[in-house]
Amino acid sequence: MRALPRGTDLPVLLPVAPRRAAPGGQAGRLRARHGAWLALALLAALAVGEAQAGPGEDSIVAAILRWTPLLGQGFALNVAMSFIAMTVGTAAGTLLGLCQISLMPPVRGSSRFVTQFFRNAPWLVLLFYCMLLLPFELRIGGVVIPLPGWVKATFGLSLPVMANMSEIVRGAVQSIPFGQWESAESLAFTRRQTLWMIILPQCVKRMLPPWMNLYAILVVGTPLCSIVGVNEAMTLTNDALAAEARRELLVPMYLYLLLWFFLYCYPIALWTGRLERRFAVDA
Amino acid sequence: MPEQPLIRLVDVHKRFGANEVLRGVGFDVPKGDVVCVIGPSGSGKSTLLRCINALVPIEQGSIRVDGREVNDPKLDKLALRRKVGMVFQQYNLFPHRTALQNVMMAPIHVLKQERVEVEARARRLIAKVRLEGKEDAFPGELSGGQQQRTAIARSLAMNPDVMLFDEVTAALDPETVKEVLVTIRELAEEGMTCVIVTHEMGFAREVADHIYFTDRGVIVEHGAPREFFAEARDPRTRQFLSQIL
Ligand SMILES: Nc1ncnc2c1ncn2[C@@H]1O[C@H](COP(=O)(O)OP(=O)(O)OP(=O)(O)O)[C@@H](O)[C@H]1O
Ligand SMILES: [Mg+2]
Repeated sequence: MRALPRGTDLPVLLPVAPRRAAPGGQAGRLRARHGAWLALALLAALAVGEAQAGPGEDSIVAAILRWTPLLGQGFALNVAMSFIAMTVGTAAGTLLGLCQISLMPPVRGSSRFVTQFFRNAPWLVLLFYCMLLLPFELRIGGVVIPLPGWVKATFGLSLPVMANMSEIVRGAVQSIPFGQWESAESLAFTRRQTLWMIILPQCVKRMLPPWMNLYAILVVGTPLCSIVGVNEAMTLTNDALAAEARRELLVPMYLYLLLWFFLYCYPIALWTGRLERRFAVDA
Repeated sequence: MPEQPLIRLVDVHKRFGANEVLRGVGFDVPKGDVVCVIGPSGSGKSTLLRCINALVPIEQGSIRVDGREVNDPKLDKLALRRKVGMVFQQYNLFPHRTALQNVMMAPIHVLKQERVEVEARARRLIAKVRLEGKEDAFPGELSGGQQQRTAIARSLAMNPDVMLFDEVTAALDPETVKEVLVTIRELAEEGMTCVIVTHEMGFAREVADHIYFTDRGVIVEHGAPREFFAEARDPRTRQFLSQIL
């Protein structure tokens, strides 16, 4: 895209992410070699499992393949929950983040508190609260809307997403040089116009990579819902293991599930990394 | 009876915490005049300009712009700023918009003028600052001098009564300084009222009707350029001029 004039000293044009990627990449980011290790571990576990399988029993691979459609169904629920929680959390978090930069101290203070609270509360605690405190159905007028467990759990997941999104928005807005506000002000833009027409459009690019990181974290967090009894991939894996009642299936089966998550998250990580690098030179 | 000055500052005081930045500044800027403010770093020049368009409030004194009291809690700041253009050292163009869009934004969204008419005017202004052909370039694709001229066009698009320039060439290479100064001089020659904070003494001497020298929040010396440079009496002014010239 746009080239940066060499040696510029404009604050507006300085790289968004000045930190250079450390050799070997950023800590915590998924890499292809992680997937390779995972695949290797799965192969090894399969080999060990096959060796342990008693005479006359199914092969481990056959057992895993037999349960794959069910696992896929469960995983679809993980994906659906992550989509919904991300959508709800992003919308609510954007509002909350804008409240965090409000000029009104009560609004700013309370939204900061809410953000910090939900950012630091353990996800599992939030999930339990939502499962236990939300009713199993909603009555609005004469309409009854059932609230199954997975919906309540999704709501629970969207709370930390909201809080993290709120911080992403606040951080992005505050990373825009003050001169942008000042020049907009001197052109007689109102604060709201400045925010919507000048500041936020510049924030979108900066927010995209952390937002996608957040999504990857959320996806990996969805198996927490198995603890509160949602029939997602983790729960169904446990069910399958219980039905098979074969110890040697345990390790390969969980590794197999892990591989699903890797295959889903790896492209997101790749894309996020690419965006980060592009914006770092592009600004 | 002489005409009312466009800008009149009387005994302006401004402090940031314990730091008294302006300690009783006063001067007049008649309509159509060009006033240059010079002085050492930290003497409050930028603050002075920011006070004139109410970017920062003042504690004491009076600033009148076209008869409007800036130090009035009921002041319509937006109305004031529509009449006062300001150009910054760091250009502060909006990097996500092209040069043309930068110039058009405020007239469309602040003055609510017709887009077609605004665009025609914006193109004329871009031509005036000699940037034809750069209409669709983003700020990141322009040199410092080109960005600064775009910023000037952007301010002019509001049809201000007065333009404030805050060290607008300080971030530029020596070769590009000139192209920006030429633009400002043309404006001055067309009768635009200008308050210019600058370190370019040659430019100040050439373009100013009156020069003010500030130090530590007060005006220590002022005069028409010829006298100012030839007969500065105040030791601080003399020292400053000897360093700069
Ligand atoms: N927003 C602010 N908050 C606190 N202090 C400020 C603020 N703006 C300016 N100051 C202080 O006011 C003093 C004058 O600053 P100002 O920018 O007006 O000086 P200046 O004459 O423009 O200097 P320069 O030539 O370096 O631009 C400085 O000591 C500065 O630290
Ligand atoms: Mg300054």
